[in-house]
Amino acid sequence: MPETLPQPPEVDRALALDHGLTSDEYDEILDRLGRTPTFTELGIYSVMWSEHCSYKNSTALLQTLPTEGEQLLAEVGEENAGLVDVGDGKAVAFKIESHNHPSAVEPYEGAATGVGGIHRDIFTMGARPICALDSLRFGSLEASRVRYLFDGVVRGIGDYGNSFGVPTVGGEVYFEDAYEGNPLVNAMSVGVVDTDRTASAAAETPGHPVVLVGATTGRDGIHGATFASAEIDEDSEEDRPSVQVGDPFTEKLLLEATLEAIREGVVAGIQDMGAAGITSSAFEMSASGGTGMDLYLDRVPTRETGMTPYEILLSESQERMLVVCEPGDEETLAEIYGKWDLNAQRIGTVTDTGRVRAHWGDDEVAVLDPAHVAGDDVPVYDRDTERPSYLEETRSFEASDVPDLEAADVEDALTTLLGSPNIASKRWVHEQYDTMVRTNTVVAPGPSDAAVMRLKGTEKGLAVKTDGNGRYVYLNPRRGAKIAVAEAARNVTCAGGTPVAVTNCCNFGNPNNPEVYWTFAEAIGGMGDACRALGTPVTGGNVSLYNEHPEGAIYPTPTIGMLGVVDDLHTQPTTAALRSEGDVTFLLTPRGWTHPDRLGGTEYLSTVHDRVAGDAPPLDLEEERAVQAATQALIRDGLVQHAHDVSDGGLAVCLAESVIHSDGLGLEATLPGAGRLDAALFGEAQSRVVLSTRPDDEASLETTLAAHDGVQAHRLGPVTPGGLRLTVGADTVLDASPETLAAPYEGAIPDAVT
Amino acid sequence: MPARFGVVVFPGSNCDHDAYHAAHHVFDQETRFIWHEEESIGDVDVVIVPGGFSYGDYLRSGAVARFSPVMQDVVRFAEEGGLVFGICNGFQVLCEAGLLPGTLMRNESLRFVCKDTPLRVENADTPFTNGLTEDQVVTIPISHGEGRYYADEDVLARIEAHDQVLFRYSTADGEVTDDANPNGSARGIAGLVNEAGNVCGLMPHPERCVESLLGGDDGRLIFESLLAHVSTVAA
Amino acid sequence: MYKATIAITLRPSILDPEGKTLQHALTNLGYDEVDQVRMGKQAEVWIDAESEAEARRVATETCEELLANPVTENFDVQIESVPREAAKQGTA
Repeated sequence: MPETLPQPPEVDRALALDHGLTSDEYDEILDRLGRTPTFTELGIYSVMWSEHCSYKNSTALLQTLPTEGEQLLAEVGEENAGLVDVGDGKAVAFKIESHNHPSAVEPYEGAATGVGGIHRDIFTMGARPICALDSLRFGSLEASRVRYLFDGVVRGIGDYGNSFGVPTVGGEVYFEDAYEGNPLVNAMSVGVVDTDRTASAAAETPGHPVVLVGATTGRDGIHGATFASAEIDEDSEEDRPSVQVGDPFTEKLLLEATLEAIREGVVAGIQDMGAAGITSSAFEMSASGGTGMDLYLDRVPTRETGMTPYEILLSESQERMLVVCEPGDEETLAEIYGKWDLNAQRIGTVTDTGRVRAHWGDDEVAVLDPAHVAGDDVPVYDRDTERPSYLEETRSFEASDVPDLEAADVEDALTTLLGSPNIASKRWVHEQYDTMVRTNTVVAPGPSDAAVMRLKGTEKGLAVKTDGNGRYVYLNPRRGAKIAVAEAARNVTCAGGTPVAVTNCCNFGNPNNPEVYWTFAEAIGGMGDACRALGTPVTGGNVSLYNEHPEGAIYPTPTIGMLGVVDDLHTQPTTAALRSEGDVTFLLTPRGWTHPDRLGGTEYLSTVHDRVAGDAPPLDLEEERAVQAATQALIRDGLVQHAHDVSDGGLAVCLAESVIHSDGLGLEATLPGAGRLDAALFGEAQSRVVLSTRPDDEASLETTLAAHDGVQAHRLGPVTPGGLRLTVGADTVLDASPETLAAPYEGAIPDAVT
Repeated sequence: MPARFGVVVFPGSNCDHDAYHAAHHVFDQETRFIWHEEESIGDVDVVIVPGGFSYGDYLRSGAVARFSPVMQDVVRFAEEGGLVFGICNGFQVLCEAGLLPGTLMRNESLRFVCKDTPLRVENADTPFTNGLTEDQVVTIPISHGEGRYYADEDVLARIEAHDQVLFRYSTADGEVTDDANPNGSARGIAGLVNEAGNVCGLMPHPERCVESLLGGDDGRLIFESLLAHVSTVAA
Repeated sequence: MYKATIAITLRPSILDPEGKTLQHALTNLGYDEVDQVRMGKQAEVWIDAESEAEARRVATETCEELLANPVTENFDVQIESVPREAAKQGTA
């Protein structure tokens, strides 16, 4: 018998507003139900209509993104993650998701549960996660609170992923004041599944048992989804009880048990319990299947006494899933999960009623239409947009507003940039992650633009990367988002892959602010343009709004997770490390390209002149495509010894990084000159790749490039025994030893955190 | 003669597949997983106790795993002279089970660390190292948060006296220095054997570096040592 | 019903980097009088036993068998009598 419960509070408009619903939304609920919702129903609406679950403020924009592609196996939004056919009977499931707000309040558990949640999204599809990447943004490391957040987030990611047994192989870390009170933690998981063994997230067949598997249910994380959709304020530290606690050990058991259950064919449908727990999984599975469910909440195994139906439905206890199966298979499920010391408790049945009914003993505590709560009838908003006023000021910047660099100061400027935490080595971070477990990591973090993973049982691999320069997007949302896609694709290309598909994580401020919403709309527009031009459809992702704090909104930050396929794992993986003395380096650019006198949005302008101003670098998507196609062809033809894309810090930093990553090798390079010295060295013009070839292959390189209209290769110079020597025009402007370059690059982050 | 490998699987083991992959797919040996609830390890020549986070590493790394049914048979096998190879978490389990002296504590840095580490070979006359030479430097990755080897001075003296240390963390030139010690291990100890020489614990992961595709293959030398030993014994 | 509160501490000869780090942090916060910090863990074990002596015997055994590592750790057992319901509060 269920316990007798205290009388729930009276539901009225004030309580609805307390739950984060708007007055209009409350009217819509009254109208739809024809009655006042129960307390439990109000709780369900409040989480399911939060931005985190409903995407009510973003759906209209996201629908403009390209989602078609012959390799895509899952329709966007229908399943937990995108699914891409990579041939040889294998598909790749991948997705990126934010855990910003929980991480701002409790960085360790916030980041850890973010990692756990995204891996669950992948293995509910039947795919075994093979790697994780994390895209992180913090304020300046000079602030002690930021160092605390940075340390906690890195430990949280490491401890969860290391124990779970999936390597963390990449990502990015940026430090900008705009993220000071509101760090971004975007976690991406990539998994592999045989194409005939995927699992679906729909409850399609009435009569099927509904089984809750995994850990027990406690009070942790109640209203986490609502919390994730509110602005962070001074009181957020008080909200700690809302943050869930992760248990990677239990999740490892859940992974093995779930993959075993899917392999045994006893799973008809399965959905992860992320935000909003049983509520989201039950309503979403019913909405996807066009069915209903009867749930008996007093059967849910709890870990605390006296939990109410409201609490059971909204609990965000981690490491749980909802499974539907053929009648009779629930015993097999219980056996499999029992072998891994986990619960598999039947809590209900799929119905044809078109309603999810939640029972507590003889009482019905909620009866709601899944389409209205989680399906096509969820409210969708078109928000007002207005071009932000700050753009007038930032766009008025001209390079001539700052003095050009003297040749004598080049070394100082370069070492300053190499020691900027945004550019400096992230070794301190990635050495805390297990980057190799399960022995698929061909190229680990460090000397490469993207990580390369092998697909055991095939000759193929994956090249994966996350990217998103928030400063560019702040200065020009449309162009900045285009660059995020282009650069992620360029990184994958330089690592030896062919970009095939994208997952995105859209981190923005309060959507009710028209200026914020304008940046969101512009960024999605740019992202769509770039994805169409580069042939990389968006397979899904996540939106995180309300990323604000008392000092203002974050930079608008769309993060791109790019998936690439490496066709031949034995010949194509390429890194940014130089290979052999005497090799010849080239700068590959669009045809007719010359150095523009631009500094807008660069790391140089920010670090050396302390200005975030100007416009993001121009980008022509056709040019970008040509450069990437040429790079891919050169790698396929076996002509490339090393490749590195030119990005933050410009050409000088690109070359210096390759020298730093190449023990005992260096570079002599003559840069195409003219114009400003600072722009030539540190300008961040797009669509550029530095690569090297064996001296004997120079002619073959020319031949391959001749077949590629729209690109040109400028010969920079030879690979030398060490150091970096740069000549611009006729003047040697730098002659630096390897130690001069490596010291600030390796030391910056360890020095800043201790 | 080929060797038969058994790889123990605890809840939370996560390098079990890596050990299996190395023994079975790379070295083409008969290899089976041994579930922690099995009471017999069956007919095997080498038992690998793999890395990971057995039982979540709760309480202390390896502390709970040693009570699982399979460990009783592993102890019997070891006492009868069978080859037992504990890698990372497996090393911790073997120490907790009393098959190896000392214990492994939290890294001095208090941080998890994953990177390639050069190791100097100290004893090349064991079943695990016969394919190496003394003072040779091999590079094998570590990946652990609790790898600081500790034993009291008497035990350390005894281990050294019996030549039980197989590997020490060193520089690429083979110098054992504080800077080359990634976790604060006593006397730079990265791996050792029991007095009888048939039970080995190693913090670094040789199973992660047996294929040049993944960036290094010095781990092959340890597997080749085991294979050579098993076929010598059989011959 | 008895509740055993077991303090597990590192033996004095064992290096405790965590304690050292915290001592350093406390000094930075101005606690110059803090001379040393040693970290340990605490286990609370509810034991259904006939007598306090019996409960203490069981608690001590759990330490020797599993909860403490004799190579590096000491332990101290405190026993108190508690009402039966108290054990069921909180987590299950």
